[in-house]
Amino acid sequence: MNGRRILIVGATSAIAEATARLYAVRGDALFLVARDARRVQAVAEDLRVRGAASVQTGTLDVADFAAHADTIESACAALGGLDIVLIAHGTLPDQSRCESDTDLALREFAINGTATIALASRIARKLEAQGSGTLAVISSVAGDRGRASNYLYGSAKAAVSAYLSGLRQRLSAPDINVLTIKPGFVDTPMTAAFRKGALWAKPEQIARGIVRAIDRRRGVVYLPWFWRPIMFTIRAIPESLFRRIRL
Amino acid sequence: MDDGLQSWGRYPTAQQSLLRLRDRFAPLPAFDGHALPRGNGRSYGDVCLDDGGTLLDVRGLDRFIDFDPATGVLRCEAGMLLGTILELLVPRGWFLPVVPGTCFVTVGGAIANDVHGKNHHAVGSFSCHVQCFELLRSDGTRRVCSLNENADWFAATVGGLGLTGLITWVELQLRPVAGAWFDTETRRFDRLDDFFELSETSARSFEYTVAWVDCTTRGSALGRGVFSRANHCAAPPTAKLPREGRLRMPVVSPFSLVNGPTLRVFNWQHFHRAPKTLQQSPQHYRPWLFPLDGIRDWNRMYGPRGFLQYQCVLPPAVARDGMRELLERIAASGQGSFLAVLKQFGAIVSPGLLSFPRPGTTLALDFANRGRVTFELLDRLDDIVVAAGGAVYPAKDARMSGERFRTYFPAWRQFEAFIDPAFSSGFWRRVMQ
Ligand SMILES: Cc1cc2nc3c(=O)[nH]c(=O)nc-3n(C[C@H](O)[C@H](O)[C@H](O)COP(=O)(O)OP(=O)(O)OC[C@H]3O[C@@H](n4cnc5c(N)ncnc54)[C@H](O)[C@@H]3O)c2cc1C
Ligand SMILES: NC(=O)c1ccc[n+]([C@@H]2O[C@H](COP(=O)([O-])OP(=O)(O)OC[C@H]3O[C@@H](n4cnc5c(N)ncnc54)[C@H](OP(=O)(O)O)[C@@H]3O)[C@@H](O)[C@H]2O)c1
Repeated sequence: MNGRRILIVGATSAIAEATARLYAVRGDALFLVARDARRVQAVAEDLRVRGAASVQTGTLDVADFAAHADTIESACAALGGLDIVLIAHGTLPDQSRCESDTDLALREFAINGTATIALASRIARKLEAQGSGTLAVISSVAGDRGRASNYLYGSAKAAVSAYLSGLRQRLSAPDINVLTIKPGFVDTPMTAAFRKGALWAKPEQIARGIVRAIDRRRGVVYLPWFWRPIMFTIRAIPESLFRRIRL
Repeated sequence: MDDGLQSWGRYPTAQQSLLRLRDRFAPLPAFDGHALPRGNGRSYGDVCLDDGGTLLDVRGLDRFIDFDPATGVLRCEAGMLLGTILELLVPRGWFLPVVPGTCFVTVGGAIANDVHGKNHHAVGSFSCHVQCFELLRSDGTRRVCSLNENADWFAATVGGLGLTGLITWVELQLRPVAGAWFDTETRRFDRLDDFFELSETSARSFEYTVAWVDCTTRGSALGRGVFSRANHCAAPPTAKLPREGRLRMPVVSPFSLVNGPTLRVFNWQHFHRAPKTLQQSPQHYRPWLFPLDGIRDWNRMYGPRGFLQYQCVLPPAVARDGMRELLERIAASGQGSFLAVLKQFGAIVSPGLLSFPRPGTTLALDFANRGRVTFELLDRLDDIVVAAGGAVYPAKDARMSGERFRTYFPAWRQFEAFIDPAFSSGFWRRVMQ
């Protein structure tokens, strides 16, 4: 499989960049969207040398909802169709600041939740019209259950996961796939301030998992795999007990 | 896990914080006190450590920028690993002109130590093939440096041990090759003199030459070893690709696995297994150039106290006698390592003020850190090197005295003016004492 047409939103993310490199080596054509023009250009240059058939770029701040449609249109036109779309942008909001500042909480929710859903819904219509393609979205294990330490982020990711689950049911055409990606702890700029332990993964490892899950047309993937049993256990804890522990 | 806080020799230890760089256009991040660029930490001693300071981790600057398949000119960010370049470009017919004995080093690190390879006699050091690079200083200024532009900054930064500023991107001239393979020839030799003869007769027709030397034998067997030479070649018809190294030293051994008995057994075997007369064999570049990369984290076998590597060069006129004296000392001490390497450097001048490679014979080997006895032995080796007018390699050093460093590298005075006022390293503070 190569020569596919791939759109990546949030292409300067560490996980997205590592994923894009795997596609570049395969000789795919890419359209990269990110908010920082110079940095996305640097990613594009790298992918060209690595072997991408072509790389084009666009800029988008996902909080600018009015710009979504144009960005997707221009990517579609430039690539001549979409085989794979990866939505990867995200922020890790400061939970305690979100508690004292509701406007901040809503802005963060918009970036991680509403904007992702808005992009997904527009892209879903494109894939439906084409009758084919994969929409892969990076959600998070944090969306599986709200926890005191990051429930604003978690609730936005929960919204995304639930939205994608419904979308997957609706788009039942055989050549269309919707993939929900749920990484655990990943060592990226987003988590630079955290102490890293044994559960942490590198973006390259997550990227390989994303490509494999897309190739195999999976619905939901936990990355690395061990987060599936961990989250199963966490979800199984009765609320009466869960409210008394700190996670 | 590689937390970036040790060097490859796992000696000395240092306390420092780590800031990761990912954007080559951004100014340096804010830090307290002093800082030092950090590549992949494959230096053995303290040139890549900054106790009490901040390491600016360059490994996230790992993007290609441009490659011209017509000329072989590659531009990439400074944190790019040499192994990644080879993986991508060897199949397209291009090779790095110079590689050290591991492919897990960054381009920036290779420049900052002006590293050499088994082909030094034919092509010189790494920096001889660097066309230009960008140097970012802590005051925010950026300079493109080459032999023609900011030539003084080029000479200071090449071999400059990370002290002149941070290299953000680099432009390299690659060399064309017919394939990923080497035509190699190997035979053992019984005496040190044979090494010099084999090196001399091989220098013209073989681009790569190197010898392993048995550092445990004395008397008539002093300086016996195994000589190898090679040239690039296309894949042989029966080529089997080597498997990726899966071996790994999983934990730090509680004591050094390298000690008197294991050393003698290993060295005896290694010598006697080698062919008596020249034997040819095709080898893929990975096992031939980077044999140690097959065992990940092999440095852990030296135990919790780590090890010291010692590499020196002696000028041609005194190399034979000097090497004999060094090997005699080492064998008498009963210390030393499995892998002692001898190599003839060529006459091509290294471009850096503090570059290590210079004409003569170089010897490199590891010593398990046994405390005072080891440090004393290395001081005695230094006595021989100083008397011979040679030098010791900073990239592998954790203990040479400041006085000796300044004798080996008299250009340090000119160099000082180029040091970034916010940069420092454990090595530099030590040798300026
Ligand atoms: C198994 C093994 C075999 C080796 N064989 C050889 C050999 O054959 N020949 C040889 O010459 N060396 C050899 N070495 C040593 C190694 O090649 C050098 O120490 C090399 O410089 C390590 O590069 P690094 O990326 O790990 O840099 P580090 O060790 O992290 O740093 C090295 C120096 O470079 C500086 N630096 C790093 N990046 C930058 C940057 N972007 N800008 C400015 N300064 C920077 C650092 O401050 C430091 O002073 C070997 C090492 C090992 C472990
Ligand atoms: N790291 C983890 O532990 C982890 C775990 C689970 C899920 N995830 C998810 O993985 C995805 C990728 O994150 P990462 O870990 O790779 O972190 P990252 O490198 O920090 O990437 C985050 C990206 O989102 C972009 N972004 C943020 N706000 C934006 C906006 N308003 N408009 C456009 N782009 C915006 C950032 O752009 P700039 O580069 O311009 O800042 C950056 O490229 C995210 O969805 C994250 O939630 C991460």
